[in-house]
Amino acid sequence: MLELKHIEKNYNRLPLLEDVSFSVGKDETVCILGPSGGGKSTLLRIIAGLEEPDAGQVLWDGREISTVPPHLREFGLMFQDYALFPHLNVFDNIAFGLHLHHIEEDEINRRVDEALEMVSLQQIANRSVTDLSGGEKQRVAFARALAPKPNLLMLDEPMGSLDRALRDQLIKELHMLISEMDIPVIYVTHDQEEAFSIADRILILNEGRIVQSGSPQYIYMNPEDLWVASFFGLNNKLEGKICSINPVIAETVIGKITFSCGKGKFSVGEAVDLVILPTAISVKENDDDLNYFEGRIIDNIFKGNSFTIRVVILGSAEFSFQIMTPYPKGKNVGFTINPDSILCFKRKK
Amino acid sequence: MRIFENHRQRSFFWIFPILFMAGFYFLPMASILGHTFTSGSDSLSTNQINWTIAGRVVGFTFYQAILSTLITLLVGIPSSYLFGRFSFRGKNLLRILSTLPFILPTVVVAAGFNALIGPKGWLNLLLMDILHISNSPIRLLNSMPAILIAHVFYNTSIVIRVVGTAWEQLDQKLENAARMLGATPSNVFWKVTFPLLLPSILSATILVFLFDFTSFGVILMMGGAAFTTIEVEIYIQTMQFLNLKMAGILSLIQLTFSMLLTFLSLRVSGDRNVPIIPMIEGEGLRKPNSFFEKLFVYILTVILVILLVSPTAALLLRSILTFSLSNSIGKIASWGLSLENYRGLFFNDRHSLFFVPPITALRNSVLFAAASMTTALILGIMISVSSSKNERSNKFLGFLAMLPLGTSAVTLGLGYLSAFSSTPNSIRWFPFLIPMVHALIALPFVIRIIQPVIHSIPKNLYEAAMTLGVPERQLWKHVDLPLIRKSLATAAIYAFAISLGEFGATSFLTRPEYPTLPIAIFRYLNLPGGENYGKAMAMAAILLLICGGGFFIIERLQIKVKGENQ
Repeated sequence: MLELKHIEKNYNRLPLLEDVSFSVGKDETVCILGPSGGGKSTLLRIIAGLEEPDAGQVLWDGREISTVPPHLREFGLMFQDYALFPHLNVFDNIAFGLHLHHIEEDEINRRVDEALEMVSLQQIANRSVTDLSGGEKQRVAFARALAPKPNLLMLDEPMGSLDRALRDQLIKELHMLISEMDIPVIYVTHDQEEAFSIADRILILNEGRIVQSGSPQYIYMNPEDLWVASFFGLNNKLEGKICSINPVIAETVIGKITFSCGKGKFSVGEAVDLVILPTAISVKENDDDLNYFEGRIIDNIFKGNSFTIRVVILGSAEFSFQIMTPYPKGKNVGFTINPDSILCFKRKK
Repeated sequence: MRIFENHRQRSFFWIFPILFMAGFYFLPMASILGHTFTSGSDSLSTNQINWTIAGRVVGFTFYQAILSTLITLLVGIPSSYLFGRFSFRGKNLLRILSTLPFILPTVVVAAGFNALIGPKGWLNLLLMDILHISNSPIRLLNSMPAILIAHVFYNTSIVIRVVGTAWEQLDQKLENAARMLGATPSNVFWKVTFPLLLPSILSATILVFLFDFTSFGVILMMGGAAFTTIEVEIYIQTMQFLNLKMAGILSLIQLTFSMLLTFLSLRVSGDRNVPIIPMIEGEGLRKPNSFFEKLFVYILTVILVILLVSPTAALLLRSILTFSLSNSIGKIASWGLSLENYRGLFFNDRHSLFFVPPITALRNSVLFAAASMTTALILGIMISVSSSKNERSNKFLGFLAMLPLGTSAVTLGLGYLSAFSSTPNSIRWFPFLIPMVHALIALPFVIRIIQPVIHSIPKNLYEAAMTLGVPERQLWKHVDLPLIRKSLATAAIYAFAISLGEFGATSFLTRPEYPTLPIAIFRYLNLPGGENYGKAMAMAAILLLICGGGFFIIERLQIKVKGENQ
């Protein structure tokens, strides 16, 4: 099992990774999720041995491996954009690692065939890799990384440049393949949907630090802070000040708002950031209800199975909500906000 | 260009290049054939083919070319690694220095090495002064090492340019992927890096071999009488023995091999499969880390600087040096820096073989260069514009225009001599053929610079321009010209510099009253006396400065283009 302890890495005196520690269990799939430039690829390169950390330890089964060169680590890495050898065909790309492990020719053939079958590419074994489609390249890269039977598999943005439809299909396949494997997998991506569908556990990496970790469901429902919430695309932000703690009520530009999260966490007068989930509203006529607001619809976008409306409340604050029935632009509506669908965070100084 | 979509307009532009090629390439080549295989009426007693000499000369040509190529690769490939994988202080300057030889005329290089290791060069002057001897102790000139050093100086830049660029653009992820799959560092090199660089290495090797094989000026001026290659022998047979038959057969041998090599090189460079990925500049580069990497970078940098800088620096310094030796021993009695050598260029002293002062040679050269640049540019634009990527007939025109690339300058010179010398008064208007042959030599370079740019202009730019109100007839002014301006300037400078430094073909066509700068340098280098030597140095320095200046402008143009793309 892999363990990282207090990894530090600087580039041109700027911190790239700061105090990164985590471990990956025996057959666990961990997703490192974060925006580009957050240090994800550097972290992978350190685990792979392609780069040395400035400080900290990389342990494999309790043994320190920071100075072990990459070819002796027996880890597999599937590169972003795949890095297939253009001078070798599909078969030889997959056999490349096997030749280096001094495996007999018959065994190599057997294992390459096996790998080709796994990714359903038996028919194109002799094709040049430069003639392949994006999806085929991805499969070859996956088969190549797995053929030498690595002790750990890393995937760096494996869906990188593929189009939407193909991506959804391949994520499904990849999930099947990965969940059948009994080795640790580290999957790096900037796309939350990918991470949610693949990972047992997600680490969110931002500006070189792990800002949150946990299961996909937990993380999505309980973002650690405002940044994680906005990274997940939750953009209905509202600043407020706590004016009551039982029930929890905050004073905001759109008025008083009641919510259920953070009971007992806050004290009166404390500054908070609120995030209203897009599914939080129900359209109502009755202004006596809790969290009743009125707003003017400024846009109405058809999203296939629902509508997204943009609403301006009190002429200043603008929000987006998901609703099931369309409302015409320019119309005023009244609605209530579900207190359970509001996230709240202590304001950071 | 949009306006040339029309086939009739396009074929109109074909006429001039075809006429030019017919008159100034095919006619001279046919004339060599004619002289060689018909028993001409003017058969002098010497006019026969000596197969022993031919065999010896061809053998030596291959021998020196193979040896030169091997040594060039030995220096060039580590240098390519240096440029392709490391970043270090002064790298950019070193890169510019190492590409400079590419544009330097052979006479300048010969003069530079002469200034360094020749009998009146720096090293010998210093040694004579220190050792108190009157004869120059280093006799490197007129020897095989001199030829080899000059060839390495010339062609290392080609290897660095072709292989170094490929190395820099080789996606490092591929090497990392191999390491992740269990490859040791040496496995990575032999199984990934080397196979991927091989096409570039082959392409560079063929190109270097071609240049070494057809090398003329370097061998003539640095090898001396003992070493004659095919090129030099053609010159000697023509100019000294008037044996056009012998020269002709040698030309045909030369032509066969150089054509083969040229088309081999065009083919190889066509199917390079180094994965070229869009990269942030310097992404694949690293600072030398370990002790051995630092040592490697340091030692190679020093070697390259000595190899690349010393001849040109020696030339520039030697051109402003005046000294007198004390009579019996080599001790230098007095010496100083002055512009006397340059002042001497304006005078026609009595002992000179020339009827004109050397400065006239500069004027001639500049005029010839301007004329040949204009000709080459006009023809190059016509060919580039009227040929499109797809049509077979167009490809043929492009192929025709590339032929001079595979024809050695000396062969061209011989061709002109045998084609045009039979006309009355030919001697008088001979010098005016010089711009034509220079334009012919520069044409392939011009086409290779501007054609890709013209072809890469996307059609929708014209459509966009038209929807924005540009009349069809003015598209060239608003779309084409701004886009090709820089490559036109680059091509113009190349053509100008090629003409300015051309020596091989010119040496067949020159007349005493119309010398070009390279011819004058060559003559003055061979004249006795320190004064003549100094003048040769001054002229070579002028040529160096002009070509170096042109090269500097090209570099600036390139950097600007790069910046715009990002």
